[in-house]
Amino acid sequence: MSNGILKFVFAAVLGSFAVPAFAALNILACEPEWGALAQELGGDKVSVYNATNAFQDPHHVQAKPSLLARARGADMTVCTGSQLEIGWLPILLRQTGNPKIQPGKPGYFEATKYVRMLEVPSSVDRSLGDVHPGGNPHIQTDPRNIALVADALAKRLAEVDPANSAYYQGNYKVFAERWKAAMAKWEKEAAPLRGMAIVVHHKAFAYLENWLGLNEVAALEPKPGVEPTSGHLAEVLAQLQRQPAKAVIRATYNDARASEWLAERAKIPVVVVPFTVGGSDRAKDLFGLFDDTVQRLLSALK
Amino acid sequence: MSFKRKTLAAAIALALAAPLGAQAADSAELAQIHDEIRQMRQTYEARIASLEARLKQAETDARQAGSKADAAVSQAREAAATAAQPAPAHGGDNISAFNPGVSLILSGLYSNLSQDPAGYRITGFHLPSSVMGDVRPQRGFSLGESELGISANVDQLFYGAMNFSIHPDDTVSTEEAFIQTTTLPQGLTLKAGRFFSGIGYLNAQHAHTWDFVDAPLAYQAFLGGQFNNDGVQMRWLAPTDTFLEVGAELGRGANYPGTGRDKNGSGASALYAHLGGDVGASNSWLAGLSVLATSPQDRQWDDIDSAGATVTNSFTGNSRLWIADGVWKWAPNGDAHNTNFKLQGEYLRRVEDGSLTYNAVTPGAYSATQSGWYVQGVYQFMPYWRAGLRTERLDAGNVDYGVNNANLLRPDYAPSRNALMVDYNPSEFSRVRLQFAQDKSRQDVSDNQIFLQYQMSLGAHGAHNF
Repeated sequence: MSNGILKFVFAAVLGSFAVPAFAALNILACEPEWGALAQELGGDKVSVYNATNAFQDPHHVQAKPSLLARARGADMTVCTGSQLEIGWLPILLRQTGNPKIQPGKPGYFEATKYVRMLEVPSSVDRSLGDVHPGGNPHIQTDPRNIALVADALAKRLAEVDPANSAYYQGNYKVFAERWKAAMAKWEKEAAPLRGMAIVVHHKAFAYLENWLGLNEVAALEPKPGVEPTSGHLAEVLAQLQRQPAKAVIRATYNDARASEWLAERAKIPVVVVPFTVGGSDRAKDLFGLFDDTVQRLLSALK
Repeated sequence: MSFKRKTLAAAIALALAAPLGAQAADSAELAQIHDEIRQMRQTYEARIASLEARLKQAETDARQAGSKADAAVSQAREAAATAAQPAPAHGGDNISAFNPGVSLILSGLYSNLSQDPAGYRITGFHLPSSVMGDVRPQRGFSLGESELGISANVDQLFYGAMNFSIHPDDTVSTEEAFIQTTTLPQGLTLKAGRFFSGIGYLNAQHAHTWDFVDAPLAYQAFLGGQFNNDGVQMRWLAPTDTFLEVGAELGRGANYPGTGRDKNGSGASALYAHLGGDVGASNSWLAGLSVLATSPQDRQWDDIDSAGATVTNSFTGNSRLWIADGVWKWAPNGDAHNTNFKLQGEYLRRVEDGSLTYNAVTPGAYSATQSGWYVQGVYQFMPYWRAGLRTERLDAGNVDYGVNNANLLRPDYAPSRNALMVDYNPSEFSRVRLQFAQDKSRQDVSDNQIFLQYQMSLGAHGAHNF
């Protein structure tokens, strides 16, 4: 009897330390959009773990024990870069001592290296708020960037796992075709959005604005990463009397109060864009992410 | 626009000049001047209109060219994609490109104590006078621990870091100066040099990341605040989805609870394991068990004996400190930005045995088992604002002075302290904190303490441990 209990306990302990599957390439994605992209390209040859979810501000994640454990077993990390993850990723890399994912190794992938960065500051000073020396890191809001990163990531997957390089290239070709068609559809649908004046919560939508021709007239955060203050909100409201906007835009993880406050007084709708995969019910994958983003923006025009 | 302004200025100048001439001139001349001005204005306006038109055309052209260029760029990128890596942010020929990251912590403290800190001690716990200097609170204004840290990857194999601490009395100490491997296989990391030991939860964390102004009483009594060591550390991270880390250290053990020594081999060894994970998206936890063994030689402290005289005693023997630690963090959906809660507690138990020399002359056996704990909770109730409560207690435990039992006091007293803090963190780089504490470290004395502290971080963004 007691032997049975011992066996059970032993099995339970072993089970709780389940060793990750060896067959698949273990990928630690810093943000869900890159996790989704890695899954599109890697199919069943990869096992993806997302370090963050759509409800978390990727600037402010902690180097949790679970993330350290995942970084230890990762064959590759797929992150945004441009210092978005500077508060936690360096700890994961240093503490785990995993040689595969150190900067400079094929297993260390930064998406911002493959796109044209916007809002690159000419000088950096912390009095300006949370500015990123490499430019605005929120590149995933423009599907053209996703296409560029997909190409780079497919090549990198082939480099890390050469045995399956044909498989990754095949997946990339299929994805790139689908993506091209989807982009044409989104751009057609989003045509009425061109020139639409918007207020944003955080300056997180530079690439979306660039893609769809949106016109950002104000931000609720007085400086990037600084919480909206009542004084600044009043200024934005006064500005909107002179220069009206069609909507206030925020990401799923942004606090609702500031945008609701402004929307109510300026009599414009709040558009909560999913921002990343998992940020809304419809944003189940990268295609759903942009389907939903475009539809939500269009609904503000009605 | 500036053309219009110039026209206006010219017209005004003429208008001003005109009356001067008008006195001598007849109305025909005046009419002629008016006519000339009108003509001038017409010419200018025509020229402005044509310029504006040309400007508009140029703008449209530029925009078209820009969007064409954009399209070309994105086409080129999509086609050539990633063949070319972008140039590094710093120019390759810039000598400063390899400069290490520098971070500076500025800290300042104002303390208001209801008791004279000169008589401060932790009743029943024998701290060397040098450690007392670190542990004893100060009244009035003082420079809190300001720190200068420098770190960078050394090369493809090593990372190096150094941390100086500037103390309120204007002395500087090297808190840490170590190298660490970055690419050992199998989850192994080797560190060498001077570093904060990985024992417990709080020990390895720098003072500026603490949630209260001071270290817990148990850390002060058993580790002199924080234990750093010159030596080597090996850590191993298990290849499991549940976080499991095991660490071992060998070192000089020159700092309390150890002492300086002139011997081959190691004077301090530590062993620890930490286990951690997530519960759902909102909760994370970390728990650990550690042991630190040191062999102090002639560890001296000042004491008051049973006759009321000030004496100096010393201890030589073995010291073994056990620490059990646990941390639980909660944040809605794992997003700590708006609200979060952190519950943290540690239990320390020290067993020492060897010989004690009373007042530098009378040797005798010594054995003591003492313990202490703290529990603290810190709640961020809105962005930037946190409030925390800490309660702690020491147990002087069983102390046997052997033949010196008659000479030395064994007070039946349990030192304790309760603290309440509120801090304001306008960014991740700055913090202002107010802390109230009732400190009962001394027998029958209650010290009401008020601290006001700032901690600011400049330079390289230091990522923090969990």
